[in-house]
Amino acid sequence: MPELVITVARFGFLILLWIFVFTVVGVIRRDLFAGARSSRLVAAPRAVGASLGQAAKPAKAKRGRAAHQLVVTAGQLAGTRITLGEAQITIGRAEDSTLVITDDYASARHARLMPRDGQWFVEDLGSTNGTYLDRAKVTGPTPVPLGVPIRIGRTSLELRP
Amino acid sequence: MTAAALPAPSPATTGEQPGVRLARSRRNAELSLLLVAMVLVAAYGAMVEAKVLDTITADFWMPAAAVTAVFLGLHLVIRFLAPFADPALLPAVALLNGLGVGFLRRLDLGSAPPAEREDLAIFAGTGGRQLAWTLASVVLAAGLLALMRDHRSVSRYAYTLGLAGIVLVMIPAVLPSRFSEINGAKLWVRVGGFSIQPGEFAKLALLVFFAYYLVRKREVLSLASRRFLGIDFPRGRDLGPVVVVWLISVLVLVFEKDLGTSLLYFGMFVVTLYIATERVSWLLIGLVLFFGGVYLAYVLGEVVGGPFANFYLRAQIWLDPFADPYNDGYQLVQGLLALGTGGLFGAGPGGGQPGLLPEVQNDFIFAGIGEEIGLFGLSALLVVYLLIVERGLRAALAVRDSFGKLLAGGLAFTLGLQVFVIVGGISKLIPLTGQTTPFLSAGGSSLMANWLLIAVLLRISDGARRPVTGGGGKAARPSGGPPEQLHGAPTEVIRP
Repeated sequence: MPELVITVARFGFLILLWIFVFTVVGVIRRDLFAGARSSRLVAAPRAVGASLGQAAKPAKAKRGRAAHQLVVTAGQLAGTRITLGEAQITIGRAEDSTLVITDDYASARHARLMPRDGQWFVEDLGSTNGTYLDRAKVTGPTPVPLGVPIRIGRTSLELRP
Repeated sequence: MTAAALPAPSPATTGEQPGVRLARSRRNAELSLLLVAMVLVAAYGAMVEAKVLDTITADFWMPAAAVTAVFLGLHLVIRFLAPFADPALLPAVALLNGLGVGFLRRLDLGSAPPAEREDLAIFAGTGGRQLAWTLASVVLAAGLLALMRDHRSVSRYAYTLGLAGIVLVMIPAVLPSRFSEINGAKLWVRVGGFSIQPGEFAKLALLVFFAYYLVRKREVLSLASRRFLGIDFPRGRDLGPVVVVWLISVLVLVFEKDLGTSLLYFGMFVVTLYIATERVSWLLIGLVLFFGGVYLAYVLGEVVGGPFANFYLRAQIWLDPFADPYNDGYQLVQGLLALGTGGLFGAGPGGGQPGLLPEVQNDFIFAGIGEEIGLFGLSALLVVYLLIVERGLRAALAVRDSFGKLLAGGLAFTLGLQVFVIVGGISKLIPLTGQTTPFLSAGGSSLMANWLLIAVLLRISDGARRPVTGGGGKAARPSGGPPEQLHGAPTEVIRP
């Protein structure tokens, strides 16, 4: 084997090794940097008025952007994301909930989120301590705008595009 | 309350339902990454032959093809059984495993008599055995994926697994030395020409138990505490289990003469505790206990000797390997010299002198590889380990149940800690202990246990990334049977 071929192969191998590493990073890039972006959003949540009438406004302005993810922003499950589909999402301490939260102030079947005509609604399922959309207590099915925290006990959830 | 009062009562799903986005399973990305990794493994094999044999034989590709076939098989299994599993895990692990097999085969080529080198059978020698173990381990990992359709089902066997784990840890300690001792460490069970390291499997079993126990106890552990010096410390009675595990790890240290495994078990438990409770105090307590125990063992080894003497010797070698470079410090000195010879870009695959390194197929594989691919290549391998750990932690973040979170976080951390312990050992950062380098070192038990670990991570990441279908989890739970009611467990009254 000529020395030149071996030297070229040697460095080619090392370069290919790093190309592999960077390809892997490329494949998982979306996940890698998703966390950084979300923490910024958590730091500065969109302000919502006290009344729900005002809360609906930012949602209207963002009609073009639909919710694709449900993100837990506070509580023991903080950082968890659920990709939203067509199915409703149940939240509670019961093991068969879509999002199982271990929160002292949550009920077994606490609340649920369901999509209707492109809008997600939150509904309290008769929980002991109540579900709050930002500061307002949820009494019936209530539309959830993007980026507005749904509070259940010490857990806080948000819809994200 | 039901959904009857909805403003739009018709449950019809229109085409422009914005909530719908097809979650991508990314299996094709996994396949292409896997193929790149396998090209690397084949290229490595060819370069080794070019350097060691001065020619490339016609069947240089056979070991690479064998591992490629079995990894592609696992890829297909994932495609059908865990379609949303993380796409980066399998290729990364496959690269390490393939390069490990390639390097071990390179050792065989180097040590075989020159006349026999060109027709070394693919299942011959250490490399061949590792290849066979790889095939078996990957099949076992695929079997675990098929058997365990939902990671939550493992929690049913948590106590059984915990007991099994402790028994597995204890077996080598109580067996007579001739069955269990290799190179001064009693970590093995030797039957005939066959030796297995039960501790590797105990690691997995114990982690399942830790995760289950902590999910039940996390509220108590994180709420009941006393504030002291600005840090929340847990109550004495909640410290019980952590003290027990600490004792077990010290016993492992003393009776099995293995600091690495002891550090691994202890670190594993402390970190799962930390993940469960989010309390920094656990990390502090853990570090203080461990360093206290290690220092005590060092002092006892100096004064009393006996069971502690081995550890004292290792610490002495670590402090000054050049004090006795031809006897006690020989291995570490040779390892450091190998890494130094490798320099930035290495001597090229097949160009090093791994024959000079004792235990190069085992503990010192990282130094042996480092001599040939240099810092540039070694750091790539370390980044690949880092990515595997990161993917595990990401799965832990994304999964929706606490048991899965703790299990995935613990498994990923354990893998990272093991790499740290051995790479730190050979680079003289910490005292050298006999840990295997995951996926690289020769050793069936370690390889198999680590592949099972990866199978569990794949399963959990599949659960984490799978889009939500159906309202309740029951419809989506294929394993059947009612889930264990972790949170229906009786609550403990907290009196601080």
